Amino acid sequence: MPTVAKERPDAGVAAPPGGPQTGPKTKNSPRYAGWKRFRSSRTLLLLMVPGVVYFLVFHYGAFVGNVVAFKEYDPFAGLWGSQWVGFGNFSRMFGDPDFWHATWNTLYIAVLQLTFYFPVPLAIALLLHSLTSDLLRRFVQSVVYLPHFLSWVIVVALFQQVLSDTGLLNSFLGDSGLHTVDIIGNPDAYRPLVVAEVIWKDAGWGTIIFLAALMQVDEQQYEAAAIDGAGPWRRFWHVTLPSIRPIVVLLLIMRLGDILSVGFEQMLLQRQSVGPEVGEVLDTFVFWQGIVGGDTGYAAAAGLFKGLVGALLVFVANRIAHKLGEQGVYK
Amino acid sequence: MEKPKPVTKAAKGVAVLVLLCLVLVPFLVIVSTSLASNKEVVANGGWVLWPSEPTLRAYENILSGGIVTKALGVSIGITVVGTLLSLACTACLAYALSRPGVYGGKPVLLVVLFTFLFPPGMIPAFLLVKGLGLMDTYAAVIAPVLINVFNLVVLRGFFQGIPEELYEAARLDGAGDWATFWRIALPLSKAALAVVGLFYAVSYWNAWFTASIYLESGHWPLSQVLRTYVIGGAQIADTGLSEAGMVSAPQTTQMAVLVIATVPILLVYPFLQKYFTKGVLTGAIKS
Repeated sequence: MPTVAKERPDAGVAAPPGGPQTGPKTKNSPRYAGWKRFRSSRTLLLLMVPGVVYFLVFHYGAFVGNVVAFKEYDPFAGLWGSQWVGFGNFSRMFGDPDFWHATWNTLYIAVLQLTFYFPVPLAIALLLHSLTSDLLRRFVQSVVYLPHFLSWVIVVALFQQVLSDTGLLNSFLGDSGLHTVDIIGNPDAYRPLVVAEVIWKDAGWGTIIFLAALMQVDEQQYEAAAIDGAGPWRRFWHVTLPSIRPIVVLLLIMRLGDILSVGFEQMLLQRQSVGPEVGEVLDTFVFWQGIVGGDTGYAAAAGLFKGLVGALLVFVANRIAHKLGEQGVYK
Repeated sequence: MEKPKPVTKAAKGVAVLVLLCLVLVPFLVIVSTSLASNKEVVANGGWVLWPSEPTLRAYENILSGGIVTKALGVSIGITVVGTLLSLACTACLAYALSRPGVYGGKPVLLVVLFTFLFPPGMIPAFLLVKGLGLMDTYAAVIAPVLINVFNLVVLRGFFQGIPEELYEAARLDGAGDWATFWRIALPLSKAALAVVGLFYAVSYWNAWFTASIYLESGHWPLSQVLRTYVIGGAQIADTGLSEAGMVSAPQTTQMAVLVIATVPILLVYPFLQKYFTKGVLTGAIKS
């Protein structure tokens, strides 16, 4: 880039008077420099081709398909042949109690996750960080990271095996003469269940980023605080917490921006066991309307709405972070 | 710093123990149940913590042909082919974007990073796969997720970290861009390529949703079989599974399927673990 910028001013000066001023083949002209750079990059450009084609087709090409949100999709007429309906799908959506119900369920579960999931990785990270034996810490780390790499299908199956009425927990409770608990397939227990699943799968993995932040805290600060007579609690409050605050804020913002998503595969896998009353969230609503129900335009409208609100939320959350003097996701 | 009190120490010990049990006990139960005999599982009410006479009966049954055997083959195929294609395309694009002064490098990078902010959405992605005629082909579960932006950023960062002098020396020896990529950049990035490859492999192995909407039952990978027969509770007797001479209780069979789906992850996990902390962090800082 800088070389091009430098060549630009002397391009006109160096050109012989009366000769051709511009044109792709003229030496020293900016367009010639660009052409030269293009020529010399041709191997690299070839290397880019498969990747660029992928992004153009499966991201930008697919994105264009969102026009279906403004159409009454007819599979026989195809995407372009279908009737335009303007904002018809959207106004229908705003009047659809099922849509608002799914939105409510999504927000409900997201808030539960924020309250009960969010502090867990931090707590585990603090516990791990306080272990004095390196070997033990590494072993525990390896174990708690593991569930993150299992698919949701496996995690849901595991939970069913452990918590169903014939599962591990209930036979243990039954054998000990205690009350058994009805969890799997019980709508009242569904929300705590899905939050527990998220905690089991990802809380361990979530510690990575907190551990890295804790490692950066200057040991001398703790020592200085201890000399000044600060006990473990005050050291935590005045040294540990301020040093990890930026990362906590960052993660909160990212979660807030993503508050309309609550684990699509996880929800879809269990929706039928409890029914749409508690099991329907926005993503499964889109899936059920569009792919199962064939109401494609309507579902795309809901999906697009969710995407736009999500983008807006990231933007707003980021602004708030800047106002609070934090870094945020982007500048 | 002062020594921790014995009470604190004990509390920590208990917390660590609980943590380990919460993660490991479910695995133990699944593996034990899959290895137990039919009778023992029924007598114990559906699960076993430690089999008294371990048997591989359940595994022999599901691996001797039928739905699970087929699904295992499909899952392995998708994982191997998908990982190789993804790795090749990601490495090529990442290398091209890592070289300074490449024509169009900046706009292309922006085009790529922008997709991170605005994913196309479920319905448009579905319509595209349908429109391209990929329904019920294995391409439908590979092509739409061919390159992961996160992996791309990690690899690009790694290529950028290679000292420029090495490229310069190769160029003086007459090597073109392709030769520097193939002989310098790739061999020096084996560790990074291994990590990114493992990440791709895990995600292809775990992929469920795309398989469930794009593939017909004859082409199902293990994840969808697991969903139908273990989570969905479909009767295994109704399926090809019974043709394999099923004698064990469905419960042991189900657990065996669950184990088979989990084991590959457990096998690659130590390798993943060795590198991912570094990879995740560099990626997180870059983005």
